[in-house]
Amino acid sequence: MSVAHTQPLTMAPPELLREVHFDDEMETKISELLKRYPTKQAALLPVLWLCQEKWGWLSSGVLKAIADRLDLSPAFVEGVTTFYTMYHTEPTGKYLVQVCTTLSCQLCGASGLVEHLKERFGIDFGETTPDGRFTLLGVQCLGACGEGPVVQINNDYYTRLTVETLDQILDELPE
Amino acid sequence: MEPILLKAEHEKNSRALTTYLNRGGYSALKKALIMNPEDIREEVKKSGLRGRGGAGFPTGVKWGFVPQDSPKPKYLICNADESEPGTFKDRKLIHTDPHMLIEGIIISSYAINAYTAYIYIRGEFYEEAQILEKAIAEAYKKHYLGKNILKTGYDLDVYVHRGAGAYICGEETALMESIEGKRGQPRVKPPFPAVVGLFGCPTVINNVETLACVPHIIERGADWFASIGRPRNTGPKLFCVSGHVNRPGVYELPLGVTYREIIEEHCGGVRDGKKLKGFIPGGSSAPVLPASAIDIKADFDSVAEAGSMFGSGALIVLDETTDMVWLLENLLTFYTHESCGQCTPCREGGHWALEIVRRIRRGYGRPEDLETLERISRFASQGMTLCPLGDAFCGPITGVLKHFRGEFEAAIAKAKPLPKKKLPVLPVRSGRGTFGM
Repeated sequence: MSVAHTQPLTMAPPELLREVHFDDEMETKISELLKRYPTKQAALLPVLWLCQEKWGWLSSGVLKAIADRLDLSPAFVEGVTTFYTMYHTEPTGKYLVQVCTTLSCQLCGASGLVEHLKERFGIDFGETTPDGRFTLLGVQCLGACGEGPVVQINNDYYTRLTVETLDQILDELPE
Repeated sequence: MEPILLKAEHEKNSRALTTYLNRGGYSALKKALIMNPEDIREEVKKSGLRGRGGAGFPTGVKWGFVPQDSPKPKYLICNADESEPGTFKDRKLIHTDPHMLIEGIIISSYAINAYTAYIYIRGEFYEEAQILEKAIAEAYKKHYLGKNILKTGYDLDVYVHRGAGAYICGEETALMESIEGKRGQPRVKPPFPAVVGLFGCPTVINNVETLACVPHIIERGADWFASIGRPRNTGPKLFCVSGHVNRPGVYELPLGVTYREIIEEHCGGVRDGKKLKGFIPGGSSAPVLPASAIDIKADFDSVAEAGSMFGSGALIVLDETTDMVWLLENLLTFYTHESCGQCTPCREGGHWALEIVRRIRRGYGRPEDLETLERISRFASQGMTLCPLGDAFCGPITGVLKHFRGEFEAAIAKAKPLPKKKLPVLPVRSGRGTFGM
């Protein structure tokens, strides 16, 4: 598929996330998640997802609120958060462009995409364009090796890419 | 072979419950729920089904390890963390037929007397998680899940638990830690999960494809299932083919077909008419095999005999242009990145090996490097680490050094000595002042 169908992420400004309280809506969702597990701690990963979907990233204020809600220490919550690569503790761009750099995609030309993206954005892996639109990440196997090379933008997979089709997708992404 | 797991591959709207029911879906569940759980376990054991996640352990035997007299609740976990490079069959299966998986989960949970099941799916599979959530909601509505399933008195809840980007969470004990809300660091075994697993309770963890086989075994019988494939390697298998082939993708074939048949007949041969150099038979942690091994059979035992690993059935095809030093660097980068950092041989060994291979590739190899690599792969594998990630990064090393050693030797023979850099001398601070500047 070469039609862009990804919506931009919105990042809550840091000053808003310095101290966080869960509103009723979040509270309902968290209690729903807690019902799935026999311990409160087990809801940690789903709650982190919930918060990242709401605010775009996980500030230390968010982690503190989660820790309080699940009776865990903030240090423990931060330890878990930073262990997993998909939780972001800094705001990212509107579009997280994640290029698979593992073997099968490389055999199908992923390195060409990487070079092109770095040049197009003028940034390296792990950096965000000055206008805050794109964050470029080199990631490990995305599990779609038969359709390489693969790029994941936010939650969506784009497969069998060439420099041209990738450019087209990036151009089509909404503001 | 008639398609079994991918029967609905070309069907329109194949994921919907109605189309699944039209294909005869959930009839195995009706049959299973009037059977004795013990008989189901026996039937699966008899079918010879071996775990499709990579280890190839007999599923029925695994179920048998669960102590049925334990007063604790029992759990079933469906492992959909599919992260081994080259593997993408579970994603395909979820995309094609999520209800088949859910039916398999219900029957398997019933067989081990579990009342809660979790599907642990990797964080990147956002769309797939949504597909499963939708299918689960449909199943609840029709009373295939929830309280008093189909009025048989059996209760089961199934929840999707998303990971967040960690290869190691595909390892069963790391996966359980991750569900419990911790860092995904593997546990010491024993005790094994069947006895002390999720939340300290007896737990069975099965791969997506393994669970998807279960309804078919119940529906058509263990003997039918065992008649597909070869003795000890029974049943259909999803092969994921990637790399330098004309038609990469997921192919459903009986265990025991030859790699020649997969590559040449089903995948249309090596891309651009090039020659085959080698292939990785079971996901990137399996040692690479040379082109001459193309006639071996693709099943657990035959590949093990050939000195590699059948693993998840992920076949990565390499053509004659593939640089094996580059390949090893790429794979070691992956495993180094994914080490959880708990065990020294894996955490440090991976980095050492990667640095050496990088140096060789940049033209600064040393004659003693290959021996060092071999020593690392001896010290980090075969039980030197808590989980098989140590073995996983050593597999590629032993494979390329065994079959493509010449390429490394040639690179080292051409190497120049590392440019000598004058290292800065760090100042030493003591109570008497600063020295060494």
